[in-house]
Amino acid sequence: MASISLKYKSKSGNLTAPGDVDPGAMIPITTTTLTTTTATITFSDIPQNYEHLQIRGFGRSNRAAVNDIIRVRYNGDTGSNYAVHVLNGDGSLAESFANTTQTYQQVYIIGGNNATSGVFGAFITDILDYSNTNKNKTLRQLGGTDNNGNGVVGLSSGLWMSTAAINSITITAIGSFLQYSSFALYGIKRAGA
Amino acid sequence: MPLPSTMTPIATNTLTSNLASGVITFSNIPQTYTDLVIVAVGQGYTSSSYGNLQVQFNGDTGTNYSSTELKEFAGTASTSRRSTQSYLFATSFLDAGSASLLVGTSIINVMNYANATTYKTTLSRGNLPGFKTELNVGLWRSTAAITSLTLTANDTPINAGASFTLYGIKAA
Repeated sequence: MASISLKYKSKSGNLTAPGDVDPGAMIPITTTTLTTTTATITFSDIPQNYEHLQIRGFGRSNRAAVNDIIRVRYNGDTGSNYAVHVLNGDGSLAESFANTTQTYQQVYIIGGNNATSGVFGAFITDILDYSNTNKNKTLRQLGGTDNNGNGVVGLSSGLWMSTAAINSITITAIGSFLQYSSFALYGIKRAGA
Repeated sequence: MPLPSTMTPIATNTLTSNLASGVITFSNIPQTYTDLVIVAVGQGYTSSSYGNLQVQFNGDTGTNYSSTELKEFAGTASTSRRSTQSYLFATSFLDAGSASLLVGTSIINVMNYANATTYKTTLSRGNLPGFKTELNVGLWRSTAAITSLTLTANDTPINAGASFTLYGIKAA
Protein backbone atom coordinates (compact mmCIF):
# COMPACT_ATOMS: atom_id res chain seq x y z
CA MET A 1 0.00 0.00 0.00
CA ALA A 2 1.29 3.45 -0.88
CA SER A 3 0.30 5.82 1.88
CA ILE A 4 0.98 9.51 2.37
CA SER A 5 0.57 11.09 5.77
CA LEU A 6 0.26 14.83 5.36
CA LYS A 7 0.94 15.25 9.02
CA TYR A 8 4.48 14.08 8.67
CA LYS A 9 5.54 15.27 5.24
CA SER A 10 5.82 18.73 3.81
CA LYS A 11 7.51 20.32 0.84
CA SER A 12 9.89 17.59 -0.10
CA GLY A 13 10.02 14.97 -2.76
CA ASN A 14 6.70 14.86 -4.52
CA LEU A 15 4.80 16.76 -1.88
CA THR A 16 4.05 20.45 -1.84
CA ALA A 17 2.80 22.09 1.30
CA PRO A 18 -0.35 24.24 1.13
CA GLY A 19 0.32 27.93 1.56
CA ASP A 20 3.75 27.74 0.02
CA VAL A 21 2.83 28.72 -3.53
CA ASP A 22 1.67 31.82 -5.38
CA PRO A 23 -2.07 32.54 -5.86
CA GLY A 24 -2.10 30.65 -9.15
CA ALA A 25 -4.43 31.12 -12.07
CA MET A 26 -7.73 30.16 -10.41
CA ILE A 27 -9.08 32.88 -8.14
CA PRO A 28 -12.15 32.57 -5.88
CA ILE A 29 -14.51 35.48 -6.58
CA THR A 30 -17.47 34.75 -4.34
CA THR A 31 -19.29 31.91 -2.62
CA THR A 32 -22.91 31.57 -1.56
CA THR A 33 -23.78 28.87 0.97
CA LEU A 34 -27.45 28.87 1.85
CA THR A 35 -28.72 29.00 5.40
CA THR A 36 -32.35 29.00 4.31
CA THR A 37 -34.42 27.97 1.29
CA THR A 38 -33.65 30.35 -1.57
CA ALA A 39 -35.16 30.61 -5.04
CA THR A 40 -32.48 32.57 -6.87
CA ILE A 41 -28.71 32.81 -6.69
CA THR A 42 -27.17 35.86 -8.36
CA PHE A 43 -23.52 36.62 -8.92
CA SER A 44 -23.37 40.30 -9.83
CA ASP A 45 -20.63 42.82 -10.53
CA ILE A 46 -18.42 40.06 -11.88
CA PRO A 47 -14.89 41.38 -12.44
CA GLN A 48 -13.88 41.57 -16.10
CA ASN A 49 -10.21 40.86 -15.65
CA TYR A 50 -10.27 37.09 -16.04
CA GLU A 51 -10.21 34.91 -19.14
CA HIS A 52 -12.82 32.37 -18.06
CA LEU A 53 -15.21 31.72 -15.19
CA GLN A 54 -15.94 28.50 -13.35
CA ILE A 55 -18.95 27.78 -11.15
CA ARG A 56 -18.75 24.84 -8.76
CA GLY A 57 -22.16 24.01 -7.32
CA PHE A 58 -23.44 21.59 -4.69
CA GLY A 59 -27.18 21.61 -4.38
CA ARG A 60 -30.55 20.20 -3.48
CA SER A 61 -33.93 21.75 -4.13
CA ASN A 62 -37.42 21.47 -2.66
CA ARG A 63 -38.84 20.17 -5.95
CA ALA A 64 -40.96 17.04 -5.32
CA ALA A 65 -38.71 14.77 -7.39
CA VAL A 66 -35.45 12.90 -6.94
CA ASN A 67 -33.63 15.52 -8.94
CA ASP A 68 -34.02 19.01 -10.27
CA ILE A 69 -32.72 20.85 -13.27
CA ILE A 70 -31.53 24.36 -12.75
CA ARG A 71 -31.28 27.24 -15.09
CA VAL A 72 -28.87 30.04 -15.75
CA ARG A 73 -29.25 33.47 -17.28
CA TYR A 74 -26.66 36.11 -18.00
CA ASN A 75 -26.96 39.86 -17.44
CA GLY A 76 -30.64 39.41 -16.60
CA ASP A 77 -31.43 38.49 -20.21
CA THR A 78 -34.88 36.84 -20.33
CA GLY A 79 -35.05 36.76 -24.13
CA SER A 80 -35.01 33.62 -26.26
CA ASN A 81 -31.26 33.79 -26.65
CA TYR A 82 -30.08 30.51 -25.15
CA ALA A 83 -29.35 27.07 -26.55
CA VAL A 84 -27.97 23.86 -25.11
CA HIS A 85 -26.90 20.37 -26.20
CA VAL A 86 -27.04 17.68 -23.52
CA LEU A 87 -25.79 14.10 -23.16
CA ASN A 88 -27.30 12.34 -20.12
CA GLY A 89 -27.31 8.90 -18.54
CA ASP A 90 -29.61 7.74 -15.76
CA GLY A 91 -28.28 4.22 -15.30
CA SER A 92 -30.85 2.77 -17.71
CA LEU A 93 -31.04 5.11 -20.66
CA ALA A 94 -28.40 7.19 -22.37
CA GLU A 95 -30.02 10.09 -24.14
CA SER A 96 -29.12 13.27 -25.89
CA PHE A 97 -31.17 16.31 -26.76
CA ALA A 98 -30.91 19.91 -27.80
CA ASN A 99 -32.96 22.88 -26.74
CA THR A 100 -32.81 25.96 -28.88
CA THR A 101 -34.29 29.44 -28.61
CA GLN A 102 -34.74 29.11 -24.88
CA THR A 103 -35.22 31.88 -22.34
CA TYR A 104 -32.61 30.26 -20.09
CA GLN A 105 -29.99 27.55 -20.22
CA GLN A 106 -31.44 24.44 -18.62
CA VAL A 107 -28.35 22.46 -17.96
CA TYR A 108 -27.50 21.61 -14.39
CA ILE A 109 -28.64 18.57 -12.44
CA ILE A 110 -28.98 18.59 -8.67
CA GLY A 111 -30.81 16.61 -6.01
CA GLY A 112 -34.55 17.03 -5.50
CA ASN A 113 -36.51 16.79 -2.29
CA ASN A 114 -37.67 13.22 -2.92
CA ALA A 115 -34.09 12.03 -2.82
CA THR A 116 -32.83 10.43 0.38
CA SER A 117 -32.18 12.99 3.06
CA GLY A 118 -28.63 14.27 2.80
CA VAL A 119 -28.27 13.67 -0.93
CA PHE A 120 -27.01 16.68 -2.86
CA GLY A 121 -26.08 16.84 -6.53
CA ALA A 122 -23.15 18.74 -7.97
CA PHE A 123 -22.04 20.52 -11.10
CA ILE A 124 -18.95 22.17 -12.52
CA THR A 125 -19.42 24.74 -15.26
CA ASP A 126 -16.88 26.65 -17.30
CA ILE A 127 -17.95 29.86 -19.03
CA LEU A 128 -15.37 30.63 -21.67
CA ASP A 129 -14.11 34.05 -22.73
CA TYR A 130 -16.96 35.64 -20.76
CA SER A 131 -15.75 39.22 -21.01
CA ASN A 132 -15.19 39.25 -24.77
CA THR A 133 -17.53 41.67 -26.55
CA ASN A 134 -16.99 40.21 -30.03
CA LYS A 135 -18.25 36.67 -29.49
CA ASN A 136 -21.34 34.88 -28.37
CA LYS A 137 -20.71 33.04 -25.11
CA THR A 138 -20.11 29.32 -24.70
CA LEU A 139 -20.21 27.15 -21.62
CA ARG A 140 -19.48 23.54 -20.90
CA GLN A 141 -20.61 21.64 -17.87
CA LEU A 142 -20.49 18.34 -16.01
CA GLY A 143 -23.18 17.60 -13.46
CA GLY A 144 -25.08 14.87 -11.72
CA THR A 145 -26.74 13.42 -8.67
CA ASP A 146 -26.86 9.86 -7.36
CA ASN A 147 -29.43 8.52 -4.91
CA ASN A 148 -28.33 4.89 -4.46
CA GLY A 149 -30.78 3.32 -6.87
CA ASN A 150 -31.46 6.20 -9.18
CA GLY A 151 -29.45 9.08 -10.47
CA VAL A 152 -28.40 10.99 -13.51
CA VAL A 153 -25.12 12.31 -14.82
CA GLY A 154 -24.57 14.47 -17.86
CA LEU A 155 -22.43 16.67 -20.03
CA SER A 156 -23.63 19.70 -21.89
CA SER A 157 -22.55 22.63 -23.95
CA GLY A 158 -24.42 25.90 -23.91
CA LEU A 159 -24.70 29.04 -25.95
CA TRP A 160 -25.79 32.55 -25.05
CA MET A 161 -26.36 34.45 -28.25
CA SER A 162 -25.01 37.76 -27.09
CA THR A 163 -21.73 39.57 -27.54
CA ALA A 164 -22.16 41.41 -24.28
CA ALA A 165 -19.58 40.84 -21.60
CA ILE A 166 -21.07 38.79 -18.78
CA ASN A 167 -21.27 40.87 -15.63
CA SER A 168 -23.94 38.93 -13.77
CA ILE A 169 -25.15 35.33 -13.60
CA THR A 170 -28.49 34.22 -12.22
CA ILE A 171 -29.11 30.60 -11.20
CA THR A 172 -32.58 29.23 -10.51
CA ALA A 173 -34.20 25.80 -10.35
CA ILE A 174 -37.66 24.40 -10.92
CA GLY A 175 -37.85 24.32 -7.13
CA SER A 176 -35.96 26.46 -4.66
CA PHE A 177 -32.52 25.65 -3.34
CA LEU A 178 -32.40 24.16 0.14
CA GLN A 179 -30.16 24.95 3.06
CA TYR A 180 -26.53 23.83 2.67
CA SER A 181 -26.61 24.27 -1.09
CA SER A 182 -23.43 26.03 -2.10
CA PHE A 183 -22.34 27.89 -5.23
CA ALA A 184 -18.80 29.14 -5.75
CA LEU A 185 -17.65 31.41 -8.58
CA TYR A 186 -14.02 31.41 -9.70
CA GLY A 187 -12.08 33.46 -12.22
CA ILE A 188 -9.42 31.84 -14.38
CA LYS A 189 -6.66 34.28 -15.20
CA ARG A 190 -5.12 34.78 -18.60
CA ALA A 191 -1.37 34.62 -19.04
CA GLY A 192 0.32 37.82 -17.95
CA ALA A 193 -2.65 38.97 -15.86
CA MET B 1 3.93 35.54 3.01
CA PRO B 2 2.40 34.43 -0.31
CA LEU B 3 -1.32 33.96 -0.52
CA PRO B 4 -2.45 30.36 -0.72
CA SER B 5 -3.33 29.13 -4.16
CA THR B 6 -6.99 28.45 -4.95
CA MET B 7 -6.13 25.09 -6.49
CA THR B 8 -3.38 23.80 -4.28
CA PRO B 9 -1.45 20.57 -4.73
CA ILE B 10 -1.73 18.77 -1.42
CA ALA B 11 0.16 15.61 -2.23
CA THR B 12 1.50 13.64 -5.16
CA ASN B 13 2.48 10.01 -5.31
CA THR B 14 4.43 8.99 -8.42
CA LEU B 15 5.22 5.30 -8.48
CA THR B 16 8.85 4.45 -8.97
CA SER B 17 8.10 0.74 -9.10
CA ASN B 18 5.07 -1.40 -9.78
CA LEU B 19 2.56 -1.16 -6.94
CA ALA B 20 1.44 -4.71 -6.20
CA SER B 21 -1.42 -3.78 -3.90
CA GLY B 22 -2.94 -1.28 -6.31
CA VAL B 23 -3.80 0.88 -3.30
CA ILE B 24 -2.97 4.57 -2.84
CA THR B 25 -4.01 6.33 0.36
CA PHE B 26 -4.15 10.04 1.11
CA SER B 27 -4.56 10.61 4.81
CA ASN B 28 -4.74 13.59 7.16
CA ILE B 29 -6.42 15.63 4.45
CA PRO B 30 -6.64 19.31 5.48
CA GLN B 31 -10.19 20.52 6.14
CA THR B 32 -9.51 24.01 4.81
CA TYR B 33 -10.69 23.59 1.22
CA THR B 34 -14.11 23.45 -0.39
CA ASP B 35 -13.58 20.66 -2.91
CA LEU B 36 -10.92 18.06 -3.60
CA VAL B 37 -9.67 17.04 -7.02
CA ILE B 38 -7.75 13.83 -7.66
CA VAL B 39 -5.83 13.49 -10.91
CA ALA B 40 -4.64 9.98 -11.71
CA VAL B 41 -2.51 9.20 -14.74
CA GLY B 42 -1.25 5.72 -15.45
CA GLN B 43 -2.01 2.14 -16.29
CA GLY B 44 -2.61 -1.20 -14.64
CA TYR B 45 -0.78 -4.35 -15.57
CA THR B 46 -2.98 -7.10 -16.87
CA SER B 47 -3.84 -8.32 -20.32
CA SER B 48 -7.37 -7.00 -20.21
CA SER B 49 -8.32 -3.66 -21.66
CA TYR B 50 -9.13 -1.81 -18.45
CA GLY B 51 -10.04 -2.23 -14.82
CA ASN B 52 -11.67 -0.03 -12.22
CA LEU B 53 -10.40 2.83 -10.13
CA GLN B 54 -12.35 2.72 -6.89
CA VAL B 55 -12.51 5.07 -3.91
CA GLN B 56 -13.27 4.60 -0.23
CA PHE B 57 -13.48 7.47 2.24
CA ASN B 58 -12.32 7.49 5.86
CA GLY B 59 -11.67 3.75 5.66
CA ASP B 60 -15.39 3.02 5.31
CA THR B 61 -15.77 -0.49 3.86
CA GLY B 62 -19.53 -0.62 4.40
CA THR B 63 -22.01 -0.75 1.55
CA ASN B 64 -22.47 3.00 1.60
CA TYR B 65 -21.46 3.88 -1.94
CA SER B 66 -23.30 4.18 -5.24
CA SER B 67 -22.75 5.71 -8.64
CA THR B 68 -24.27 6.42 -12.03
CA GLU B 69 -22.15 6.30 -15.16
CA LEU B 70 -22.40 7.49 -18.76
CA LYS B 71 -19.84 6.26 -21.24
CA GLU B 72 -18.89 5.80 -24.85
CA PHE B 73 -17.38 2.42 -25.62
CA ALA B 74 -16.90 0.87 -29.06
CA GLY B 75 -18.88 3.63 -30.70
CA THR B 76 -21.95 3.31 -28.51
CA ALA B 77 -23.19 5.52 -25.69
CA SER B 78 -24.50 3.64 -22.67
CA THR B 79 -25.26 4.17 -19.00
CA SER B 80 -25.10 1.98 -15.93
CA ARG B 81 -25.55 2.14 -12.18
CA ARG B 82 -23.92 0.61 -9.13
CA SER B 83 -25.96 0.67 -5.93
CA THR B 84 -25.14 -0.30 -2.33
CA GLN B 85 -21.48 -0.90 -3.06
CA SER B 86 -18.58 -1.23 -0.63
CA TYR B 87 -16.59 1.21 -2.76
CA LEU B 88 -17.31 4.14 -5.04
CA PHE B 89 -16.59 3.36 -8.68
CA ALA B 90 -14.88 6.52 -9.93
CA THR B 91 -13.68 5.70 -13.43
CA SER B 92 -12.15 2.91 -15.45
CA PHE B 93 -8.38 2.57 -15.39
CA LEU B 94 -6.43 1.60 -18.48
CA ASP B 95 -4.40 -1.61 -18.50
CA ALA B 96 -0.95 -2.01 -19.98
CA GLY B 97 -2.22 -4.89 -22.05
CA SER B 98 -4.00 -2.38 -24.27
CA ALA B 99 -0.75 -0.73 -25.40
CA SER B 100 2.36 -0.22 -23.34
CA LEU B 101 2.74 3.48 -24.08
CA LEU B 102 -0.86 4.47 -23.52
CA VAL B 103 -1.98 5.85 -20.19
CA GLY B 104 -5.44 6.59 -18.94
CA THR B 105 -6.45 9.66 -17.01
CA SER B 106 -8.98 9.97 -14.24
CA ILE B 107 -10.11 13.25 -12.72
CA ILE B 108 -12.25 12.89 -9.62
CA ASN B 109 -13.93 15.91 -8.00
CA VAL B 110 -15.02 15.40 -4.39
CA MET B 111 -17.49 18.18 -3.73
CA ASN B 112 -17.95 19.92 -0.39
CA TYR B 113 -15.90 17.18 1.26
CA ALA B 114 -15.36 18.88 4.63
CA ASN B 115 -18.97 19.57 5.52
CA ALA B 116 -20.42 17.40 8.27
CA THR B 117 -24.08 17.84 7.32
CA THR B 118 -24.66 16.35 3.89
CA TYR B 119 -23.78 13.15 2.08
CA LYS B 120 -20.83 13.47 -0.27
CA THR B 121 -21.03 13.66 -4.05
CA THR B 122 -18.25 13.07 -6.58
CA LEU B 123 -18.06 13.99 -10.25
CA SER B 124 -15.51 12.05 -12.29
CA ARG B 125 -14.18 11.94 -15.83
CA GLY B 126 -12.28 8.98 -17.22
CA ASN B 127 -10.36 9.00 -20.48
CA LEU B 128 -8.98 5.74 -21.83
CA PRO B 129 -7.37 6.41 -25.20
CA GLY B 130 -8.40 3.87 -27.76
CA PHE B 131 -11.12 2.41 -25.55
CA LYS B 132 -13.66 4.63 -23.91
CA THR B 133 -14.54 7.95 -22.37
CA GLU B 134 -16.84 8.23 -19.40
CA LEU B 135 -18.32 10.42 -16.73
CA ASN B 136 -19.63 9.40 -13.38
CA VAL B 137 -21.52 10.81 -10.41
CA GLY B 138 -20.88 9.06 -7.11
CA LEU B 139 -22.44 9.16 -3.67
CA TRP B 140 -21.03 8.31 -0.26
CA ARG B 141 -23.88 8.06 2.18
CA SER B 142 -22.14 9.60 5.14
CA THR B 143 -22.22 13.05 6.66
CA ALA B 144 -18.68 12.69 8.02
CA ALA B 145 -16.07 15.12 6.81
CA ILE B 146 -13.60 13.35 4.57
CA THR B 147 -10.20 13.10 6.24
CA SER B 148 -8.71 10.27 4.21
CA LEU B 149 -9.35 8.58 0.91
CA THR B 150 -8.13 5.37 -0.59
CA LEU B 151 -7.82 4.73 -4.32
CA THR B 152 -7.78 1.12 -5.43
CA ALA B 153 -7.09 -0.20 -8.91
CA ASN B 154 -8.61 -3.66 -9.17
CA ASP B 155 -6.25 -4.74 -11.98
CA THR B 156 -2.89 -4.95 -10.30
CA PRO B 157 -0.16 -4.05 -10.03
CA ILE B 158 -0.32 -0.40 -11.01
CA ASN B 159 2.63 0.17 -13.30
CA ALA B 160 5.61 2.26 -12.29
CA GLY B 161 5.31 5.81 -13.56
CA ALA B 162 1.67 6.22 -12.63
CA SER B 163 1.00 9.38 -10.69
CA PHE B 164 -1.77 10.35 -8.30
CA THR B 165 -2.13 13.96 -7.22
CA LEU B 166 -4.58 15.36 -4.69
CA TYR B 167 -5.53 19.02 -4.99
CA GLY B 168 -7.60 21.23 -2.73
CA ILE B 169 -9.84 23.95 -4.16
CA LYS B 170 -10.66 26.85 -1.92
CA ALA B 171 -13.79 28.96 -2.26
CA ALA B 172 -14.04 32.66 -1.48
